Amino acid sequence: MVSMLNAGALRPTSAAARLLGALTILLVAAGLSGCGSINRVPTLEEQAKSSWSEVQNQYQRRADLIPNLVETVKGYAQQEKDVLIGVTEARAKASSVKVDASTVSDPQKFKEFQDAQNQLSGALGRLLVTVEKYPDLKSNQNFLALQSQLEGTENRIAVARRDYIGAVQAYNTELRTIPGRWIAAILYPEAKPMETFSATPNADRPPNVKF
Amino acid sequence: MRLMGSSTGTLVRLFLALIVLFACLAVYAMGALAADLTFPPLTGRVVDGAGILTADQRAALEAKLKAHEDKTSDQVVVATVPNLQGTTIEDYANRLFRDWKLGQAKTNNGALLLVAPSERKVRIEVGYGLEGALTDALSRVIIASAITPRFKTGDYYGGIDAGIDGMLGILSGDAQDWQRKPQVRADEVDPTQVALFVILFLVVLFVAWRMNRGGGPGGRSAGRGGGIVFLPGPGSGGWSGGFSDGGSSGGGFSGGGGSSGGGGASGDW
Repeated sequence: MVSMLNAGALRPTSAAARLLGALTILLVAAGLSGCGSINRVPTLEEQAKSSWSEVQNQYQRRADLIPNLVETVKGYAQQEKDVLIGVTEARAKASSVKVDASTVSDPQKFKEFQDAQNQLSGALGRLLVTVEKYPDLKSNQNFLALQSQLEGTENRIAVARRDYIGAVQAYNTELRTIPGRWIAAILYPEAKPMETFSATPNADRPPNVKF
Repeated sequence: MRLMGSSTGTLVRLFLALIVLFACLAVYAMGALAADLTFPPLTGRVVDGAGILTADQRAALEAKLKAHEDKTSDQVVVATVPNLQGTTIEDYANRLFRDWKLGQAKTNNGALLLVAPSERKVRIEVGYGLEGALTDALSRVIIASAITPRFKTGDYYGGIDAGIDGMLGILSGDAQDWQRKPQVRADEVDPTQVALFVILFLVVLFVAWRMNRGGGPGGRSAGRGGGIVFLPGPGSGGWSGGFSDGGSSGGGFSGGGGSSGGGGASGDW
């Protein structure tokens, strides 16, 4: 675009050519900005990042619910020590995975995050199955409230993951197709494709994700 | 370039510009994700796709929901569907909610009561803005205590009516203190595009002004032979295309632009 500007503005032939050059720049720029191409890469990147924050938020929210849940279950099902310890350990492991801005563009780190969260999902699933054996616990008001919060959080995680997958798909597509690919190469060389979730084969509940 | 006639150079440039425009349009068209579920149109505050309510019952519910919306701007909608098209009620409710865009765009204050009689599932899906008031736990209590006991006896209207009473009661109690989550969805319109256009316009004006001073009358009259006459056509077409909104403004009830992140609770009977 800069070279065209120079060509249009500095060529010493005729004023008409200059005017035409300027109008061409206007046309191209209006076309690009009119359909948002210039801004699409950073816009989509921000959308994907914000979807990622929502995913993290919801996983964090789940992790925050767990200590309370474990305490409540302990009061009724002391003998289910193994399951409770499994949940506590899985939570500790999931919380210990360091997540920062580079996680989404680093396949290794992303897999680590996903594996830890899946393991926690599995441990929680086992806990909720075990709980079925304890009618007293199941009628406990505190437990019922926790259970509905946990269900709600799992559902929010599913929605947040679906949104994230959609946002990353749009962003990666923009980075890999023309003209987004050229625009990114020139204007946003730091923009990298992001990782996305794969379906979890052993989850207690199939995530509602469509690819 | 210099050897080319001025009109040939213009044509080449125009051609390049058109290629860029078409490339942009192609990316636009690809951007839209194909929807894999079909949703009924939002014909009113009660959309009885399963046909379990009589006209009088529907009108009574509509009146109740409309009174609440007039008072609080909360959009609460009842939907019954013949089936869930093979997905879970959580997934279907969230997508239906987003398809209908319930709640106002700024506050996301919508809620949806979805009933799927053939799957015997019911769900209260809560928009982002109402999650603080109509919590998951409260939604569950409403479903378990007001809705499913009546559904078990086949009293669909009674269950829906009691559920709506519960939801509206909770929402009315909280209408004053809006301790609600801030908006999560980003605004789609990009003001930098408008700014960019204005700047470019000024640049062109400046170039034209410079040219006027330096070029003299001979240059200007030569310019008339070029492509000026037909340039504005594709230029303005591309520009207005970028701004066309496509928003339908049908009469009656429509979603306000709100969204949901999966809040609420589900139940079965």
